[in-house]
Amino acid sequence: MRKSISEINQRIRDGNARVVTAEEMPGIVAELGEDAALKEVDVVTTGTFGAMCSSGAFLNFGHAEPPIRMERIWLNDVEAYGGLAAVDTYIGATQQSETRGEEYGGAHVLEDLVAGKAVELRASSRGTDCYPRRTIATELLLEHLNQAVMCNPRNAYQRYNAAINTTDRTLHTYMGMLLPNSGNISFSGAGILNPISNDPKLRLIGSGVPIFLCGAPGMVIGEGTQHSSAGGFGTLMVTGDLKQMSQDYLRAATMTGYGVTLYVGLGIPLPVIDKEVVRATAVRDEDINVDLIDYGIPSRNRPALRKVTYAELRSGMVTVNGEEIRTSSLSSFNRARKVAEALKDWVVAGKMELSLPTRKINPKHQVHPMHETVRGPRVADIMDKNIVTIGEREEIRTAALKLLKGSTNHLPVVNENSELVGIVTTFDISKAVANPGKAELVRDIMKKKVIVTTPEEPVDIAVRKLEQNNISALPVVDPERHVVAMLTAIDLGKLFGGRWLK
Amino acid sequence: MKLLVTFSKGKGRKPIIAQAVRDTGVLIAVERAVIDSSAGEALIEVPDDQCRLVRDKMSSLGANVRILDHGILFNESECVDCGACISICPRDVFSFDATFRLIVADERCILCGKCVEACPHDALTMPA
Repeated sequence: MRKSISEINQRIRDGNARVVTAEEMPGIVAELGEDAALKEVDVVTTGTFGAMCSSGAFLNFGHAEPPIRMERIWLNDVEAYGGLAAVDTYIGATQQSETRGEEYGGAHVLEDLVAGKAVELRASSRGTDCYPRRTIATELLLEHLNQAVMCNPRNAYQRYNAAINTTDRTLHTYMGMLLPNSGNISFSGAGILNPISNDPKLRLIGSGVPIFLCGAPGMVIGEGTQHSSAGGFGTLMVTGDLKQMSQDYLRAATMTGYGVTLYVGLGIPLPVIDKEVVRATAVRDEDINVDLIDYGIPSRNRPALRKVTYAELRSGMVTVNGEEIRTSSLSSFNRARKVAEALKDWVVAGKMELSLPTRKINPKHQVHPMHETVRGPRVADIMDKNIVTIGEREEIRTAALKLLKGSTNHLPVVNENSELVGIVTTFDISKAVANPGKAELVRDIMKKKVIVTTPEEPVDIAVRKLEQNNISALPVVDPERHVVAMLTAIDLGKLFGGRWLK
Repeated sequence: MKLLVTFSKGKGRKPIIAQAVRDTGVLIAVERAVIDSSAGEALIEVPDDQCRLVRDKMSSLGANVRILDHGILFNESECVDCGACISICPRDVFSFDATFRLIVADERCILCGKCVEACPHDALTMPA
């Protein structure tokens, strides 16, 4: 049996369509079986509500008198794109205010507009014969704009990897606050209610398909940026009329130490046209896996500790290496449900009819990493290979002489196998000299927990280590923990003027 | 009831809390304490009916004592029920009800302030 989209739309028009949320569907299929479920259910509504950084809106202000061709544009001190000629702009959610930093950004401008608040527009221009005006400042309400069209390049991630932090310091990430020593797990996604998870082959979701976007009727434009459904990480590019949106489903947010983002409520009604749709929409939280990723590793290729399901994540506790770790969601399951329910009400009331994609999204697409033609500086490019080390059993006085002779402030300490075991600084030596009698050997005063780098490490990562630990030098070690060089704050000076590009 | 006790450097060396326990006989639970070279701050829990007694004693010993009527302030209209605060809190103040709405048990709060930083929506603030 198959149902045509026009049959389903006819039932919606007649007020006879049976509409359920994606959360209800697994139970219905289990109870009735696939054939009866296909007969019984016409539409399954999905919903998600979470941080979607890649969001923003096109705005048209109308022409001023005398007219201006705006080149640089600010809304409440948040810069918006000025390359769209005259009086159009695109404001991105993550752009931060030039005066208020991460507490206010493009997402807040969008929420303020939707909330009916006035937003200050400032713009400048060089002035032309046709657009003589050079500056403008005015206060605008959403109703004053000719168009305000939300257009989000990357929304509705099919699922998202969960985050953990095995380092010994708190991390501030786009996955929220990650406590040290695997103190918590953070995740995002609506799982059972997620649109693409209910249509992983993208048979129903594609260009032109109607959606719920922040409380307004909207549409799928097509494949989202970074779309990678081959690996289960599909995304969508979507649009909707900002003027019809509601604060209930559009909220600005700040991830402390990371920046501004926009919480977007998005739902897609799926027409139940055949048994394959029934099967796909019967997906449960237990069926959807993500990797638990260690965000303590500052690289694109972060290791996965294990796989977890949304059912585990949502239970509030996940076991990692025998230890129970508490979870936090960044997206709101409560609001995702509200999106799916609101969308269900729309379809039941005949406010939204369904359609199949006018152009399909490739379900096998795989995202690629950036093609980099210019390699960033590595530690090997600027490190100092003239190293002075000291044995752990040597006397403090010897260390002092070595520091003087080597005119350095840091002395890596090695054991009999030449492996790095500690570090002493001029401060440690001075302290030992100021309090005589307490210690004699280097190993008594050395700091045993040494922060190190490697020749291959990008300088940007090494610099963050220096900053975060408030230190000024890092021993550079090889895989056997032999000290091969030192990287000090002084070496960073080689970065200026491209001197590292020998 | 919770009391926030602050003391400056010189007085930080005096065993103010121990002295107050001995003199008043009230058992004080220290929930959080940060004491460094310049100042100290301790959040203590005492039985409601004895909190004035403890406050007066500690004040006379040179500490600054404030009675905290409530824990973290929760602005429900800003909250979107994400749950970012849940795993951050050392005292299990936050949890979900059966419909995934956030419940705040602020009587358990020790005002460490971690959730203020963790909340993406500015829904949690420290009392003034």
